[in-house]
Amino acid sequence: MPARIGVVTFPGTLDDQQALRAAAAVGAEPVQLWHRDKDLHQVDAVVLPGGFSYGDYLRAGAISRFSPVMDTIIDAARDGLPVLGICNGFQVLCEAHLLEGAMIRNGDLHFINRDVRLTIENNRTVWTSDYEAGAEAVIPIKNMDGRFVADEHTLDALEAEGRVLARYTDNPNGAARDIAGISNAAGNVVGLMPHPEYAIDDLTGPYPGPGTDGLPFFTSILKSLVSA
Amino acid sequence: MARVLVDVMLKPEILDPQGQAVQRALPRMGFDSVLNVRQGKRFELELEDADPATLQATAEAMAEKLLANTVIEDFKVTVLANENAG
Repeated sequence: MPARIGVVTFPGTLDDQQALRAAAAVGAEPVQLWHRDKDLHQVDAVVLPGGFSYGDYLRAGAISRFSPVMDTIIDAARDGLPVLGICNGFQVLCEAHLLEGAMIRNGDLHFINRDVRLTIENNRTVWTSDYEAGAEAVIPIKNMDGRFVADEHTLDALEAEGRVLARYTDNPNGAARDIAGISNAAGNVVGLMPHPEYAIDDLTGPYPGPGTDGLPFFTSILKSLVSA
Repeated sequence: MARVLVDVMLKPEILDPQGQAVQRALPRMGFDSVLNVRQGKRFELELEDADPATLQATAEAMAEKLLANTVIEDFKVTVLANENAG
């Protein structure tokens, strides 16, 4: 039986179909999860996709964090369920305090939509094990509130514990210490501002290629679930 | 009914790009005296049957849980009027 990867749809989610497509592309069984349904339907991992859940009202991710499905996901994540939050999903994970820090408006106040070059620094998580440590990846970002911030003490701790997952080569939004993604201490919960689900094939991925630099996020989790 | 204000501001050490944009715009309109602008949020809450003894604590709990993200924001609760207290 293939591993089941669940993707949550909130009101205002944009990228659930792309995340489901990425899960299917690596041979997992994609499972749609609904924000009002507390049941995770026996999924082995969860993706919180990008978008503007609840219109980003109050703060990005602030209201989604209290949806019924998140109650279950927060408990399950603390018990080790692999969770990947992409863009708005990263914001939800920060609001849920599964990850440290917060996201504020981009430095230039613009919506930024372009391919960015990342360095994958932490390949010890279940979501990044298929990358070489220090690998470069070109993956698109598309956000308004993408600037990661945290106090200096938290940033120092993230660095010391090797939990900075990915950094921008050319910081697009003023994110603290060029941080594009982080993981929790256990490594099962990962938040990433760029969108790996938009970089899984040459037809739809970054151009000129390779358009597949985001694919290892999905092959990594599949391998870890199969071998678990 | 009780009326409560909750003011939410980014912490001083958190950069406020929106406030900075306003700060840069004002002098272009002739307001030369502007030294600094910080932008925040204000919530006006009306609470029914609020127990005056716990009103402040209730509003602070709301701010702590939802209205503010205390990782990056500070909040201030002000009880404006409480008809129950009369």
